[in-house]
Amino acid sequence: METRPAFLNILTWLSAALFAVACYLTLVWAPPEAVMGNVQRVFYFHVATGWVGMIGFLLAVFAGIMYLVKGDMKWDIIGLAGIEVGLVFSFLNIVTGSIWARPIWNTWWTWDPRLVTATIMELVYVAYLMLRQGIEDPERRARFGAIYAILGFVSVPLSFLSIRIWRTIHPVVVGSEDPGAQGTFDMTGDMQVAFFFSLIAFTIIGVTLLWHRIRLGRMQAFVEEKKIGMMG
Amino acid sequence: MAQPFRRKHQTSFARAMWAVARKDLSAEWRSREMFSAMLIFSLLVVFIFNFSLDLNPKTQREVTAGMLWVTFTFAGTLGLNRSMAIEKDRSCLDGLLLAPVDRSAIYFGKVIGNLIFMITVEIIVLPLFSIFYNINLFNPGLLAVVALGSVGYVVVGTLLATMTVQTRTRDVLLPILLFPVVLPVVASAVRASTFFLQGQPMDLIWPNINIIIAFDLIYIALAYMVFDFVVEE
Repeated sequence: METRPAFLNILTWLSAALFAVACYLTLVWAPPEAVMGNVQRVFYFHVATGWVGMIGFLLAVFAGIMYLVKGDMKWDIIGLAGIEVGLVFSFLNIVTGSIWARPIWNTWWTWDPRLVTATIMELVYVAYLMLRQGIEDPERRARFGAIYAILGFVSVPLSFLSIRIWRTIHPVVVGSEDPGAQGTFDMTGDMQVAFFFSLIAFTIIGVTLLWHRIRLGRMQAFVEEKKIGMMG
Repeated sequence: MAQPFRRKHQTSFARAMWAVARKDLSAEWRSREMFSAMLIFSLLVVFIFNFSLDLNPKTQREVTAGMLWVTFTFAGTLGLNRSMAIEKDRSCLDGLLLAPVDRSAIYFGKVIGNLIFMITVEIIVLPLFSIFYNINLFNPGLLAVVALGSVGYVVVGTLLATMTVQTRTRDVLLPILLFPVVLPVVASAVRASTFFLQGQPMDLIWPNINIIIAFDLIYIALAYMVFDFVVEE
């Protein structure tokens, strides 16, 4: 069994440091928003966690396609890592969004396309984990996992479109302007620094966690193989 | 029964597909297990709705399409589970897979069979629903939406049922895997059906129908591509 690579150790410590700095920048250093006040600070981590969640799920779909094409178990391990990391960060994304929405929209939850789509995506990948749990044969588990990761992901944009036909109140801070959105604001220079710093910090944290999870998956596969070897 | 795709010395895709569908239909014709289960279940759901939502005529008009689709969605999983469970019993599926035909032909055969069961149930439930709730559901647009929505539902459902039947948790797993994936179909179909019942203009309805059609086409193509992996041994 290989030892932990030095670069991963560095990344792990770097992630911790970046997270601490990101907390300082977003919670202390960045100015409070003029209308919403301090609750707007949720926004920095809200977007960053959503972004990392998305990276995890995209990685899983890519790994699913690669597994079906190549049949290499390494892609299954990568896919599972992507989904587990994606699930955690998307969950944080939904929870932080909810915390922000309570004072701004005056409700914890609304059936807005983005909220519903994010939650459906979460449910698809929880279902993915349940599917995997029900299968003992590692090869079949990998195959079915890959197929379901792809099937589930394709439905996500369709869900979004099907609900967007209703009106949305979710603000779009970066990019276009929608007059119907509630809780929009313009970022000042300091806010942008905090925003992009958290985005980069969370990306590095996400990559580090993915790497750890992939290593863990490889060790799991190794142990499983040994176990089967001893029994047979 | 007539064989519209008769050809000599080779089993074409269409013929293999039809053979699988016909096998399912004749088996079901003898037992009527799946059909009666789906039908009775649908009726029970309709009754439970009546007692759980004490509806006045006005709100009823708005929620009818939703009730209808909840009924079909839940009843559909019964049929899909049963349809694959009979293939798993006594290794029928392995026998089917030994046939020297394109494996996706088997899949599309199962899809056709399941679609016929589902639509048959819908054909019986719709008039009963009309009677119980005193609302006219014989609207060509609504029927088209029901048909298109059922295609998407069955295409994904058959593929996922082929997977879940090979797992430990089996029939419990199917709705958990299926519902989040078919959400776009159900959401769009409910909205399109409601609009048809309210007599809304078509430019309000088309976007919803387009999503259902896009879903149907995308998942037919995806299922065609991945079915071989689902049954690979």
